[in-house]
Amino acid sequence: MTFLGIDHVSKRYGTVLALDGVSLGVSLGVAAGSRTAIVGPSGSGKTTLLRLIAGFEAPDTGRIVLDGELLADGAAAMPAFRRGVGVVMQDGALFPHLDVAENIGFGLPGNLRGQAARIAELLGMVGLPIAMASRRPDALSGGQQQRVALARALARKPRLMLLDEPFSALDTGLRAATRKAVATLLADAGIATILVTHDQTEALSFADQVAVMGGGRLLQVGAPRELYLRPLTPMIASFLGEAIILPATLADGVADCALGPVAVDDARRQGAADILLRPEQVSLAAPTPGAALAQVLDCDFAGPACAVTLRLQSGETVALRQPGIAAPDIGATVAIMVHGTAHAFAAGD
Amino acid sequence: MRPTRNRWLAAAALLISLAALTPLGIAGWAGAQAGWPTAIALVFRPRVGELLANTAMLVVLTVPLCAGLAMALAWLTERSDLPGTPIWTWLAVAPLAVPAFVHSYAWVTVLPGLHGLPAGVMISVFAYFSFLYLPVAATLRRLDPALEDIAASLGQTPWQVFRRVVLPQLRLALCGGGLLVGLHLMAEYGLFAMIRFDTFTTAILDQFQSAYNGPAANMLSCVLVLCCLGLLGLESRVRGAARYARLGSGAARTRPRTRLGAATLPCLLLPAGVAALTLGIPGATLLRWLIAGGGAIWQFGEIGAALAQTLLLACAGGMLTVLAAIPMAWLSVRAPGHLQRILEACNYIVGALPGVVVALALVFLTVRMALPLYQTSVTIVAAYVLMFLPRALLSLRASISQAPVELEQAAASLGRRPAAALWAITLRLAAPGAAAGMALVALGITNELTATQMLAPTGTQTLATAFWAHSSEIDYAAAAPYAVLMILFALPLTWLLHAQSLQAAGR
Repeated sequence: MTFLGIDHVSKRYGTVLALDGVSLGVSLGVAAGSRTAIVGPSGSGKTTLLRLIAGFEAPDTGRIVLDGELLADGAAAMPAFRRGVGVVMQDGALFPHLDVAENIGFGLPGNLRGQAARIAELLGMVGLPIAMASRRPDALSGGQQQRVALARALARKPRLMLLDEPFSALDTGLRAATRKAVATLLADAGIATILVTHDQTEALSFADQVAVMGGGRLLQVGAPRELYLRPLTPMIASFLGEAIILPATLADGVADCALGPVAVDDARRQGAADILLRPEQVSLAAPTPGAALAQVLDCDFAGPACAVTLRLQSGETVALRQPGIAAPDIGATVAIMVHGTAHAFAAGD
Repeated sequence: MRPTRNRWLAAAALLISLAALTPLGIAGWAGAQAGWPTAIALVFRPRVGELLANTAMLVVLTVPLCAGLAMALAWLTERSDLPGTPIWTWLAVAPLAVPAFVHSYAWVTVLPGLHGLPAGVMISVFAYFSFLYLPVAATLRRLDPALEDIAASLGQTPWQVFRRVVLPQLRLALCGGGLLVGLHLMAEYGLFAMIRFDTFTTAILDQFQSAYNGPAANMLSCVLVLCCLGLLGLESRVRGAARYARLGSGAARTRPRTRLGAATLPCLLLPAGVAALTLGIPGATLLRWLIAGGGAIWQFGEIGAALAQTLLLACAGGMLTVLAAIPMAWLSVRAPGHLQRILEACNYIVGALPGVVVALALVFLTVRMALPLYQTSVTIVAAYVLMFLPRALLSLRASISQAPVELEQAAASLGRRPAAALWAITLRLAAPGAAAGMALVALGITNELTATQMLAPTGTQTLATAFWAHSSEIDYAAAAPYAVLMILFALPLTWLLHAQSLQAAGR
């Protein structure tokens, strides 16, 4: 069942078309709330889409339906305060004139004393000690601010939670841990969630449905694995991660390319096509007869991994990431092994 | 070389700060000299109670009205899609160019029956609301719109969002602007004298003019000082210590303006009406008197003399004030600390005192200790320096902090001697601030009426006192050219304030 329906939504700022007829369905998971990530480069319209769902702005055309209730139909839009949609913004947007408890209790009815139990419960949910309740927002670290912002948004038990790049202001180490904690928390609370981010790793690891946006349009929607391994276009492929894209000739489920014969996912395709391999599908070995060979042009050692540049026999160069422990010598000749199947792009891309 | 220079500057700052405290000290001394029985007899009488009630009612009614008007206008100009916003913004600041007593003069011309508290409140709102509009509009422009979005997503109606999120963040602006309006209300003489409304300041001046330097005037002055200090204390309590800076990093998204739709036309009535009342009325009145007076009112000899006197006093006062502010501004940027903060506070407190108090203190001092200086240009310029020191200090401090000490050190490492480095770097960078400070002080002097009336040498007329003399004789036509000149001087400065507030908001 479609929980959130976005139907041909367009939005224009002056002469800039921010959203160009976007349609997207978010279905609610069975027990837990589903998690959708909208990912795209900056200016792709993802934040605009989020602001339209939250009700901060009204679309020019198109409809937004949440749980059977019409939120927006063209410029006629339900105001944000009636929507019951929680929002966590990039830098938390905590109210600087209120302390932590007052921030969390902001959307709750009644006075602070009546809210105390609920505030304590929410602080516990987001993993903050009760002692923090009386702190001022500027006395918190970035990660703590985000947790308070999440607790504040959770306080009203929203039907839908919108996260606008909430992890991007955090340190790399903290980012993954916070993301994991938030995902678990929202799943346990059974709240459907939409995460907007420009970080593809974040999108792939957080969500069970990923939507890629570009130029105000929705380019592709699907499960993270599906999107990563079978993107529609080379552009989506490169956006979601490092990609090796090679021209090949397909015949009977095998692609003949500069790496030799490689199995492809579409057995029926014949003729010329571009194929995609992810760098982790390729490994290097000592040269053996019959294997595809390449020469190591460069190798940047960086501890656990190293970046290797190879010149293939066809003359093309390819960049690969290899375990640092197996860093080849510059100038050596190596054999290339391919694991799994390559993805063949549809013709014309 | 450096420590010596600092020591000299510190000594100068100390001296000037002590001098700044003299009006306060003298007010206390004059009170003490009268003796307790006299003091009690002079303070605890119905007349003082009446003045206290008048002044308190004036402040209590005017400041909230100004705040309400300022917030409504600021919201319209900063947050709505009202057509012609830049013009309305400028028109909301422009009333500052019209001296308060010229506002009063215009209203008395239009409605000769105006008097008492309601008239005082009405004219004060028109004359002073811009002091609140400027900071409120600037803050509104800077607020992070994400906070309001979040509040809406937490189920708050637009009115609740305003009350719970926007209003608390406007608190600093409202407190600062409200304090400024309050202090002006307590210090203003001409506006209220024109409509026969008695406040402490008008009563002190009346006392002073009937019996020079009497103990009654001094005691009233003491009570007025206490009122001002009370207002300062109240403001710092209400303001609190909370920090309302924007959390997080990155540029705030600019907020889409609220569509007024069908409400556009009624909403246009507010800024248009305010502009008509604050600028239209004085403008039309002056025009009317200029036409009625014809060529006869342009007594070029008299006007020229007043203009020359005003320019002389304004330039001398402006330069001396900036010179006096340099040591303190320097210290507060380069050697901040406890002592420096206390010294700086001394300078600001005297700026909050009404001109009548400062003038009375200087009269007291010169009559008792330096009679030859009484009613000379020296005394009047000294009063100007004391009254306008904070203006110069603020501009100078901002511009000296633009020249971090590292720049001087860089110049030294490039082979400049310390004095040469100071000249080539810091003073060069601080020059615009010094010029702005000088202009602000000069404008204050041009429009100053109370202290000038009390201290100016006999025969000296400035634009303000000449205007006042003519309008006191109900010769409103002859007063008009002086008002026009004062407004013409003030207009460029109002433009500067307007531009600064835009700049502060990063536009």
